Amino acid sequence: MEQSKIEIKLLKDEKSEDDGIDSESRKKGSDPKSGDQPDGQGEEKFILRIKNLVKSYGERLVLNGISLDLRPADVLVLVGPSGCGKSTLLRCLNGLEPINSGDIELDGELITTGDIKWTEIRQKIGMVFQSYELFPHLTVIENILLGPRKVQGRKKEDVLPEANSWLERVGLLDRADAYPRQLSGGQKQRVAIVRALTMQPKIMLFDEVTASLDPEMVREVLDVILELATQGLTMLIVTHEMAFARAVADQVIFLDKGVIVEASPPEKFFNNPDSDRARKFLNVFEFNEIHKVQSL
Amino acid sequence: MLDSALNVLTSGRNFSRLMDGLGITLWISFVSVGLSIVLGIPAGLLMASKSKIWNFILRIYLEFIRIMPILVLLFLFYYSLSQAFEVNLSPFFVSVLVFTLWGVAEMSDLVRSAVTSIPVHQRESGRALGLTEIQINFHIIIPQAVRRLLPGVINLATRMIKTTPFVFFINMPDLMKVGQQIVEVSGIRDPMASVWVYGFIFLIYFIICYPVSLFSRYLEGRWQSA
Repeated sequence: MEQSKIEIKLLKDEKSEDDGIDSESRKKGSDPKSGDQPDGQGEEKFILRIKNLVKSYGERLVLNGISLDLRPADVLVLVGPSGCGKSTLLRCLNGLEPINSGDIELDGELITTGDIKWTEIRQKIGMVFQSYELFPHLTVIENILLGPRKVQGRKKEDVLPEANSWLERVGLLDRADAYPRQLSGGQKQRVAIVRALTMQPKIMLFDEVTASLDPEMVREVLDVILELATQGLTMLIVTHEMAFARAVADQVIFLDKGVIVEASPPEKFFNNPDSDRARKFLNVFEFNEIHKVQSL
Repeated sequence: MLDSALNVLTSGRNFSRLMDGLGITLWISFVSVGLSIVLGIPAGLLMASKSKIWNFILRIYLEFIRIMPILVLLFLFYYSLSQAFEVNLSPFFVSVLVFTLWGVAEMSDLVRSAVTSIPVHQRESGRALGLTEIQINFHIIIPQAVRRLLPGVINLATRMIKTTPFVFFINMPDLMKVGQQIVEVSGIRDPMASVWVYGFIFLIYFIICYPVSLFSRYLEGRWQSA
């Protein structure tokens, strides 16, 4: 366990060395509000820009003016108490939930106004959910090929090598013809990740993908995501696995009651967060020694 | 004994008449069950959709058909229409119409419950992949619904088949009607005629319906092991 933690750190280091300049500029843009200042940033490319996103369910305000920017290869991790709107934010991005107001720009294209073609936009956004959402009547490989073939009109022969190489990388090539119910929860989630990746998305959204897994299966799924991070995939991750968040994130975004309370690099966020609310939240994950009462 | 049985069933044109009756029974069953499935699927999908108007209309239709005895419907379309409005429908047409009305109602309810039993996140993950709603229905929802639907559909089909003897009452020469005519004639000479003829009809219904339920068990088994 210890050793693999070190490995993760090493991978992260390699990554920041790879794009040293990029991560510098990334730090500068770490304030989520910086997206509002267009001056001097004209050259910069964003995969995803969210400006002032507001979303409510009836009277209840779930997201109250969220602004976020993701540059290529950025990994943002959203944390926060349950019900803070993290999952809703992801679901708003690919139109699974309609938004009330605000702008979302994907790959330089505004996707919140005008004639929105969600079927096209969703091809650029890969999403993996908490619940196992493989299609149970299709085999692993059929699950993976469905999107590329039906949505993108690609030929089976063209997609198959790509699908197989992804499967191999997540260690599931030998399970290609298995049905989802023959797989463990961790294997299902890895297939779900491959299914999203085979659509060649610009950005991946992970919505608490390990939350319903047995503890011993969490690792295998998170390792896959970590590997993707090292390869420069742009990702927005909602998770409750704090150690994982720390390892994978370029930026930790702390969301509470529908607003971004804090956005900091992981070292700062976990060691010395600015806000009281974040400190309180992080305390939940720590346990103090207990003192047993003798007389019972 | 056997002699008497063979005699009743084969004398004159009895056997070929029984087979003609069987043909009519099968044909009514086949057409009605087929139409019920074909029309029941879109009706069920509409009921599962969020459309309030369609939901309301189809609900009323379903409840109406369910509380109406089949025999009353047969009489209504065959006798009442011709007597009151001089609309003369053939007994075959009325038979198929009534059985289809019933079948579509039941089928649509089966489809509705099968479709709504599929978890929401199946549709959502289809959307997240960029599939259109039609593609989602076609590739994800319907294939899964069909598997859940099968036991109910087989049950409905056998119920419809074994209810077809009601067409007897609107002068449709189906298996039952022919059998009754034979019993009327042969029964004068052979008091056992009724046992042989109706026993034979019983056997035929068993031969029709049993394979249907065997087939459903086969499909369920295949989908399980798949």
